[in-house]
Amino acid sequence: MVKAQLLWFLGIATTIKLLLIPSYHSTDFEVHRHWLAITNSLPLSQWYSDETSQWTLDYPPFFAYFERFLSVFARLVDPQIVDLHHGLNYKANSAIYFQRISVIVSDLFLFYGVYRLTSNLASSKQNLVWVLVLWSPGLMIVDHMHFQYNGFLFGWLLLSISFLAQKRDLMGGFLFAVLLCFKHLFAVAAPVYFVYLLRHYCWGGLVRGFVRLSVMGAVVVAVFAAAYGPFVYHGQIQQVIRRMFPFGRGLCHAYWAPNFWVFYIMLDKGIAFLLRKFGFNIPVPAASFTGGLVGDTSPFCILPQITPVTTFIMVLLALSPCLIKAWRDPRPLMIARLVAYAYTCGFLFGWHVHEKASLHFVIPLAVVAVESLEDAKHYFLLSVVSCYSLFPLLYEAQEYPIKVLLLLLHSILMWFCFSAQFSNNIATKVTLQADKKTSQSLVKKKKASQSELKGSSRTTAEKGGFVLGWVAKSYLFGILVVEIWGRFFHPYLLGDKFPFVPLMLMSEYCALGISYSWIWQLKQILLLSP
Amino acid sequence: MEKVRRLEDEVNAENDDNEDDPWWWLVQKGIKPSFICISVFALLVRVAVGLHPYSGANTPPKFGDYEAQRHWMEITINLPVKDWYRNSSVNDLSYWGLDYPPLTAYQSYIHGVFLKIFRPDSVALFTSRGHESYLGKLLMRWTVLSSDVLIFFPAVLFFVLVYHAIQSGKGRKSDVAWHIAMILLNPCLILIDHGHFQYNCISLGLTMAAVAAVLAQKDLPASVLYCLALNHKQMDLPLFSCFKMSAYFAPAFFSYLFGKCLRHKNPLLEVVKLGLMVIGTFAIVWWPYLHSKDAAFGVLSRLAPFERGIYEDYVANFWCTTSVLVKWKKLFTTQSLRTFSLAATVLTCLPSMAQQMLAPSTKGFLYGLLNSSFSFYLFSFQVHEKSILLPLLPLSLLALEEPRSLLSLTHFAMFSMFPLLCRDKLVLAYIALYALFVLLYFAPGGPGGRCNSSKTLDQSHKAKASIKSISSIAFHPLVIGILCLFSVILHVIYLTTHPPKKYPFLFEAVIMLLCFSQFILFTFYFNLKQWMLSKHLTSKDRQKKLI
Repeated sequence: MVKAQLLWFLGIATTIKLLLIPSYHSTDFEVHRHWLAITNSLPLSQWYSDETSQWTLDYPPFFAYFERFLSVFARLVDPQIVDLHHGLNYKANSAIYFQRISVIVSDLFLFYGVYRLTSNLASSKQNLVWVLVLWSPGLMIVDHMHFQYNGFLFGWLLLSISFLAQKRDLMGGFLFAVLLCFKHLFAVAAPVYFVYLLRHYCWGGLVRGFVRLSVMGAVVVAVFAAAYGPFVYHGQIQQVIRRMFPFGRGLCHAYWAPNFWVFYIMLDKGIAFLLRKFGFNIPVPAASFTGGLVGDTSPFCILPQITPVTTFIMVLLALSPCLIKAWRDPRPLMIARLVAYAYTCGFLFGWHVHEKASLHFVIPLAVVAVESLEDAKHYFLLSVVSCYSLFPLLYEAQEYPIKVLLLLLHSILMWFCFSAQFSNNIATKVTLQADKKTSQSLVKKKKASQSELKGSSRTTAEKGGFVLGWVAKSYLFGILVVEIWGRFFHPYLLGDKFPFVPLMLMSEYCALGISYSWIWQLKQILLLSP
Repeated sequence: MEKVRRLEDEVNAENDDNEDDPWWWLVQKGIKPSFICISVFALLVRVAVGLHPYSGANTPPKFGDYEAQRHWMEITINLPVKDWYRNSSVNDLSYWGLDYPPLTAYQSYIHGVFLKIFRPDSVALFTSRGHESYLGKLLMRWTVLSSDVLIFFPAVLFFVLVYHAIQSGKGRKSDVAWHIAMILLNPCLILIDHGHFQYNCISLGLTMAAVAAVLAQKDLPASVLYCLALNHKQMDLPLFSCFKMSAYFAPAFFSYLFGKCLRHKNPLLEVVKLGLMVIGTFAIVWWPYLHSKDAAFGVLSRLAPFERGIYEDYVANFWCTTSVLVKWKKLFTTQSLRTFSLAATVLTCLPSMAQQMLAPSTKGFLYGLLNSSFSFYLFSFQVHEKSILLPLLPLSLLALEEPRSLLSLTHFAMFSMFPLLCRDKLVLAYIALYALFVLLYFAPGGPGGRCNSSKTLDQSHKAKASIKSISSIAFHPLVIGILCLFSVILHVIYLTTHPPKKYPFLFEAVIMLLCFSQFILFTFYFNLKQWMLSKHLTSKDRQKKLI
C-alpha cells in the first residue's frame, strides 16, 4: 500500500521528466555520452588516460563501471552513441532519449532510498518527505534538464542514512563506501561517518571494539579494492588520482556557488576599490573570477590568496563542532542532520564548489524537516534558496518559465504540506479538549461540531502553525527583487554594462541564506540534547 | 456523557477521515488555494509540452496549424480590418486564409502585436511565411499559455466553485481537487493546444464559463459568454444553409435556456431578453463587417468550407466509418450529403433537447451538452479528429458523476487522435500525458481509485437497473482489459510496422473503427442516462407531492 502510493508519487514525477526530455541540456550531456564511448570502446587500462575529447573521465571507478553497464544498452540502441571518434558531440534523438531515460530509470535508486528511509514514519510525514524528495525541483533542474545522475547517487546516500538510522552501522558504512567510489565529492561527510562509526559501532570493550573495527575496515577496504583494484593492477592508479582531483581549477566555478568565498571576493574588491579612492596604487589582478577556469596566479588584490589546503582546513574547522558532538553523543536519529551539516560545510568553504552541490544537504534534510515546526521553517527557506541558486544553470529563454514554475510549485506544496502537518498535530489535541469541556452546552450535533472544529483549528494554526517570521518573509521577497532586477531592469536600465552584476547579486544573496542555514544547523546539532 | 462520547467519536471520525485522505494537506485551505496549486502544476505540464514540436514544423510549403495561426497574426496586424477576410494581392486566401469567426481574428491581432514587439520579422507581411525560429516558437507558445491562463483557468475555477456550491456537503473535500485536476489536466486538450498548436482553450474556456454561469442561474451572462465562444471557433460548418453558424453545444444551451424560459412567469419577455443578448453580442463582434451586406457575407462564406468533403482523413465519426461500406462521396453530391448530415445531427440531438425542454435541470443540462456535442461529432459535416475535445469537455465537468466514462472516453479520444499526433512527432508527449492522466485518475484515495475498487459513485443516485446493468457490462474489468490490451497492441503496431502497400491506411481505419464503436456506445449510454435523470426526478417529485 505504502509502496503503491510512493510509486504514484514517482510516477507523476516521471511523466514530468519524460516531458522534459527535449529541454536544454548542458555540456554535461556530452560529457556523459563521451564516458559511455570511452568505457565501451577502450580497455579498462586506458579509461583514465584517454584524451580524445576534453571531457576526460574524472569520476571514480564505480561510476565508470556504471557507464560501462549503460553503454551495453547504448550500443544496442544506436552504436554511434558509443563511438569514440564519430560520436563526438552526437546529438541525435536516439542519444538524447537513451541518456535521458537512463537518468529517469536510475532514479529508481532514489525511490528505493526514500522508501527505506521513510518506512518507519507516520503516513502524513511520509507523504511530505516524498513530495520534498521525489518532486524536488533541484533534482528536476540538475538531473533532468541540465543532465547529471544525482538522483541515482542520492539514492545510495539515503540508503546509507536509512541503515545508520536503524542502527545497522556496518551496512550503512558499506553503502557510504560504495557511494564514495561513485562520486568522490561525497567524501566531505567522510569525517562524520568515520567518527560516528568509530564511536557508535566500534567503541566499547577492547576485544569487541577491535573485532568490529577490523570488520568495518575490511568492508571498506574490500569496496575500495573492488573499485580501484583493476587500476592498480594495470598500474594506472596515479593517473586515476590525478584525473579525480584536478586542483588546477580555481577557487570558484564560472558561476560563483553561493558560499563563503563570494563574501571573501567581494570584501577584497571592496577594499581595493576604497584604497584606490584614497590614492593607493593597487594593480588589477590578471586572473578574473568571472572568466571560468582560473590559473595559478592570485586573483585577489589585497587579501591573501586561498589555496586548496586553506579551504581544506576551513572545512575541517567548520566540521569540528559536529565531529565532537558525534563523538560525545552518537545518536542514530541525528545522523541525517550530521551528514547534511557536513555537506553544508563542504559547500560553504570548499574548493571549486558547484552550485549543484547544495542538493547534497537539501535532499537529506528533507527527512529532518518533518521532525519539528522549527525544522520545517528552516527547510522552507533553505530549499527555496537552494533551488533559486540553481537558476543560472538554465539560462535559455525556453526553460525560464519551467524553472520559475518548478520553484513556485515547490514553494506552494511545501507551504501546504507544512501548514497541514503542523496545524493538524496541534488542532486535534486542542479540539478534543475543547469539545469535552463545551459538549454539555452543545445541543446541535454534527454541523455545530464541525464548524467548531474548523474554527478552533484555524485559531491554533494562527498561534502555533506554519508561519514564517518577518525576516524570513522579507528575505524571500528579496529573492523576487533580485530576480526581477537581474532579469528585467538590469538589461533595460544598464544595457550591456556590468553583465556580471545580476549573477553576482544572485550568488551573494543566496550565500546569505545558505550561511544562515549553516549557522542554524550547527545550533540545532549542538543544542539538541539527549 | 453519551454526547461527549458521540462527539469524541465524531472528532475521531473526522480525524480518521483526514488521515485516510492523503490529500488533506492540499485541500485543507479551501477550494481556491488548492486550485492555485493544481493550476501551477497544470501550467508546468503545459510549458513542458510546449518544448515538443508543433504541427508542420520544418515541412514546407504549407506547414501546419502553427503556420496558419502565425499567418493570421501576420495578416491581422498588417492589413485593415475590412481586408482580413478578402482575397487581394496582399492577402492570398488560398494560403491559410482566415476561416474562423472574427473573435479569432481579434485574438490573432492581439497576439500578433505581442510577437511584433519581440520579434518583428516573425510577423512581417509576405517575408515571414514559414517563419521558424527559436524565439518565434517560444513567443507563439507563450501566446497559447497566456490565453489558457487568462481564459481557461479562471473558467475552471468559476465552474468548480459554482458546481461544488450546488453540491455542497456531498463527497470529500479532496474530490474537489481531483475534479479540478481532471478538468485542467485533460491530455487531449493540452496536446492539441500546446503540442499540435491551436487555441481551443479560448473557445472551450468561454464555453465552460457559460456553463458555469448557467449553473449559477445567471442566464444572460451565460448567453453572452457562449456567443463569444461561438464567435471564436465555429468548429463545424454549413449546417444551416442560411444561418451558417452553429456549434456543438448550441442545442444544449438553446434547449435548456428555452426550457427554463418556458417555466418563467413571463416566457416571452425572457426569450426576448436572451435573444437581445445574443444579437447584441454578435453585433459587437461582427461590427466591422456589418456596414454592408457584401462584407458580412464575404466573411460568412469564408467560414463555410464549401469546397471540402463530408469528412477528411480518418475521423471516427459516422460518415467516415460507414464509408468503408457505403461510398458516400461517390454516391451523393456534396449538397445532398450536407442535407443528410444536417438531418442526422438534428435527429440525434432531438431526444436530449426534448428532455431539457420538458424538464430543464442543471445536471440534465450537462448531459445535454455531452449528448449534443456527441451527435455533432458523429453526424455533422466536415468533422476533425480534434473535435472530440468538445464532448470531452462536458464529460470532464461531470467527472465526479461519470468517473469511469471519463477515463474510458479520454482513452479513446486520445487514441482517435494518435495518428495525427504521430505526424506531429508528439508521441513522447502523448505517452507522458496519457500516463499522467491515468495516474491522476487513480490518485491514492481519489474517486477514480475508489469507484474501481468496489463501491460505485452511481449508487447514491439509485440509477435504474437498466443503466446499472449496462454500465456493469461496459465497465466490466474483462471488457476494459480486452479493449485496453487491443489498443496497446494497435499503438505498438502503428508505431513499429508499415501497413501493407495495398491498404496504406489500414491501421488508421482499424483505429477509427474501434473508436467509433466506442463513441456510438457512449452516445447511447449518455442519452439513456439523461432520460433516466428526468424519470428519476419526476418520480421523486411525485413522491414528494404524495407526502
